[in-house]
Amino acid sequence: MNAPSPRKLRVATTSLAGCFGCHMSFLDIDEHLFELVELVEFDRSPLTDIKDVGPCDIGLIEGGVCNAENVHVLRAFRRNCKTLIALGACAVNGGLPAQRNHLPLSECMREVYQFRPGIANGQIPNDPELPLPLDKVRPVHEVVRVDYFLPGCPPSGPAIWKFLTDLISGRTPRLSGGLLHYD
Amino acid sequence: MSGKQFLLDGQPVSFEEGQSILEAARKAGHYIPSLCWHKDFPAHGSCKLCVVKAAGRHVSACATPAREGWEVESNTPEMNGERRGLLQMLFVEGNHFCPSCEKSGNCELQALGYEYEMLTPRFRHFYPERPVDASHPDILLDFNRCIFCELCVRASRDVDGKSVFALTGRGIDKHLVVNAESGRLADTDFSKDDLAAHICPVGVILHKGPGFAVPIGERSYDGASIREKKLREEEAS
Amino acid sequence: MSVLPSSTVAPLDDILLRHGHQPTALLQILIEAQDIEGWLPASTLTRIAEGLHIPRARVEGVAGFYSFLYQHPVGRYRVLFSDNITDRMLGNAELLDTLCRKLWVEPGKTSEDGLVSITTTSCTGLCDQGPAMLVNGRAIGQLNHRRINEIAELIRQQRPLDLWPAGYFRVDDNIRRKDALLNLEMTPGMALGAAIRQGRDGWLAGMQASNLRGRGGAGFATAVKWASARNAPGEAKVIVCNADEGEPGTFKDRVLLNSYADLVFEGMTLAAWAVGARDGFLYLRGEYRYLLPQLEAVLARRRSAGLLGQQILGEAGFDFDIRIHLGAGAYVCGEESALIESLEGKRGTPRIRPPFPVIKGYLDRPTVVNNVETLAKTCLIALQGGAAFAATGTAQSAGTKLLSISGDCAAPGIYEYPFGVSIARILEDCGASDTQAVQVGGAAGICLATYEFQRRIAYEDVPTAGAFMIFDETRDLFEVARAFVHFFAHESCGFCTPCRVGTSLLKGFMDKLADGHGAKADLADIDWLDRLLKNASHCGLGSAAPNPVIDTLQKFRPAYERRLVSLDFEPAFDLDAALAEARQLTARDDAGAHLHTHGENEK
Repeated sequence: MNAPSPRKLRVATTSLAGCFGCHMSFLDIDEHLFELVELVEFDRSPLTDIKDVGPCDIGLIEGGVCNAENVHVLRAFRRNCKTLIALGACAVNGGLPAQRNHLPLSECMREVYQFRPGIANGQIPNDPELPLPLDKVRPVHEVVRVDYFLPGCPPSGPAIWKFLTDLISGRTPRLSGGLLHYD
Repeated sequence: MSGKQFLLDGQPVSFEEGQSILEAARKAGHYIPSLCWHKDFPAHGSCKLCVVKAAGRHVSACATPAREGWEVESNTPEMNGERRGLLQMLFVEGNHFCPSCEKSGNCELQALGYEYEMLTPRFRHFYPERPVDASHPDILLDFNRCIFCELCVRASRDVDGKSVFALTGRGIDKHLVVNAESGRLADTDFSKDDLAAHICPVGVILHKGPGFAVPIGERSYDGASIREKKLREEEAS
Repeated sequence: MSVLPSSTVAPLDDILLRHGHQPTALLQILIEAQDIEGWLPASTLTRIAEGLHIPRARVEGVAGFYSFLYQHPVGRYRVLFSDNITDRMLGNAELLDTLCRKLWVEPGKTSEDGLVSITTTSCTGLCDQGPAMLVNGRAIGQLNHRRINEIAELIRQQRPLDLWPAGYFRVDDNIRRKDALLNLEMTPGMALGAAIRQGRDGWLAGMQASNLRGRGGAGFATAVKWASARNAPGEAKVIVCNADEGEPGTFKDRVLLNSYADLVFEGMTLAAWAVGARDGFLYLRGEYRYLLPQLEAVLARRRSAGLLGQQILGEAGFDFDIRIHLGAGAYVCGEESALIESLEGKRGTPRIRPPFPVIKGYLDRPTVVNNVETLAKTCLIALQGGAAFAATGTAQSAGTKLLSISGDCAAPGIYEYPFGVSIARILEDCGASDTQAVQVGGAAGICLATYEFQRRIAYEDVPTAGAFMIFDETRDLFEVARAFVHFFAHESCGFCTPCRVGTSLLKGFMDKLADGHGAKADLADIDWLDRLLKNASHCGLGSAAPNPVIDTLQKFRPAYERRLVSLDFEPAFDLDAALAEARQLTARDDAGAHLHTHGENEK
């Protein structure tokens, strides 16, 4: 790696409408985690206890944008991260949560909270603490500008490692050969 | 061999009179991508993945007869960039959710996405409404993934002699229909043994049953690239 | 209109019989079958398929292609507002709105009692007397609030169209300037007689000497086309007159067909004489269906005068006749190979070329496709000789050109000029003032700014099929371009990926800017789309689709820039509006139930 930066790069990660599968895959880089912590330090991430994202070099976003809270978190990441990466199928194209996009939101909500077998007198929750869902689930690039995309459901550990080492070393990340997958 | 040649990305390629740029290139071991082209059918020219620059003009390599002395650009950053753009268009106009698709790993659209390093669909997704047709005992039709190559239309009409499929609508509303007033595949004479049942390059025409018999990770394009696979097929034929 | 089965069976069988159960007549059969109930029920498509012995899917494929064919019920009064930019400039949107409100119907929907449906359609070719509409295929121009009120009343009273004031349906020619062609007063058969005297070879030589080039815009040498078809193998050659005048802003063919039909048909017969063709087709755009009866009458008169049919003007072996084929609302059919597909009763998808139609056209026969004006001009050449014709106009553009002038000027209408006339001269003649831009050649053409008004109408400078739309300083050129982008997205046949998806994406970007969500990054994406459309499209529609955007982005860029709300990125949709449905479901309206649309307000 040429010209290592004098300080560790600060990295934040989060999952919006995702399953944390991409984060699990991130952990699949196994022993490279030791190399990674030599090169980066983590800001907001499930790996730390930091609640709000601060100024970072790299932000990794898993999951699509399905509700108001996702929008707030995503915007905070965009404001704070010099480089923002859509990580995994849901972030890249909406993925599984976006499969509800051809159904009206009201139908989804009623099905879940009112008509599901076993539910009696169910109501759609209206607690102001809960984020409201958007009418459609959106890939992150439809809500903020995204710098890089790393597809896969989830992207494999080696793909994530290749991508990150490219970035950290100052190379434009490329995924080819067997590392690029949409499934 | 007539000894006629054109230059493909600077390399001489021999061709026979009437042969398309794409056929001549593949015969000579150079890959030009395609989705709607099939060696057993006349050129269709709709997907435009095979777009090349011949003598400075953009043409479909599948539908343009090679010409002596032509300089053809294909595997260049410019042309590959256009191909990536066309792939992005195909991905956003339909509902291509690879993780849930039985065709994943065997899908030519997906494999071309890998080949041309399409990392993002880039544009706004159209999320069109395209209900599936599960009426047939042996076959499932998932129109969400249709790329309008018309291979099923052509195979059913020209080989199977049944004309089970046709395109209707226009522009972005164009869509595949089946040959029945009910609109259901079960009400046609379609059979799982038809050529049309085996020709879809994407995941529209699916055989019920096999599902994930071959696991993800061990499928056609999981190991080899579509470039390698198509050139190997060409050599074998 | 009765819908009893017994009353519908007979007419459909009659229609099939009248067309000899020929699959090539499928589009004509569908158009006529639709007249029975006003739309095409699924069972009708099935019966047509059975009657023609073709797969039903093919019938459904064709029925779904053309805008004027309906597979769902539409109103007994079917109102289509012409939606060219010139109609918009004359306030068509407000008139449409008024009519909808008066008749209690939503745009694009059919009223509950099935009485009326109201929507828009692509330019109907009445730009010189707009805003215009088609009611059950009949054209009404010069719409204003008074006329709209009257029409609403007539529809409410269910008055048959034949009993509407005849003045409504008057379509004026509005010829403002005549030159060689429009001044020609020719007894039918005179040009033909002259050409026959010259012999087939002599006549073709005269055509060659004339340097006549196609008036459809592309400017291909007419004599070369004719000679190619004549020399192509295959005996049964075909002459097609392309009267699918769909380019927004063009209406010269309407006037030629209305008042100079003999010149057009004589031109077709002159082409047949040169090429050795026996069959002729006039492909008449569906929007001009109201011209059909009078055109059929002209054909009948010419047949009885010995100008069509067997042994024309007594010349042994000169047999030629003309059939009129109707289109049904598809701009792409103006492309000659798509037109031929449509003539064959198929979807109007442009073919792969080569082979060109002159070698393999209609039913694989050598086929000449010429523009209406081109064919009319051949009469001049037959009468006055090729050299005389070549001596007019400019070096590379012989003869005159009919211009269809509309938009911001005192006297819209038809102007015939020798080629070489400057834009400035035309603007002066038609009484245009404070002109900001001129769109020459229609949506697919070129947008000229004031500093280009010295340029000239000619193939070597500003080529055109004849549309000339004028925009004064009050107009917003972004909205002009956006209207054309919508037009192309609507008219794309959908065959090739770049045009099918690209025109829709382009429309999305233009709407994003119009809706107040524009960002600088969008302009780069628009540029990129423009290039891909231009490069990779299968036919001229796709490659011309970005023209209005390319031109206006270059010449009127501030019209785009003033719409940007971000110099970086902006979502294409309103985030707060995307929560509206959830707010309604939960009856919430607290601060957390809203999103700022622009992210920067959030810290």
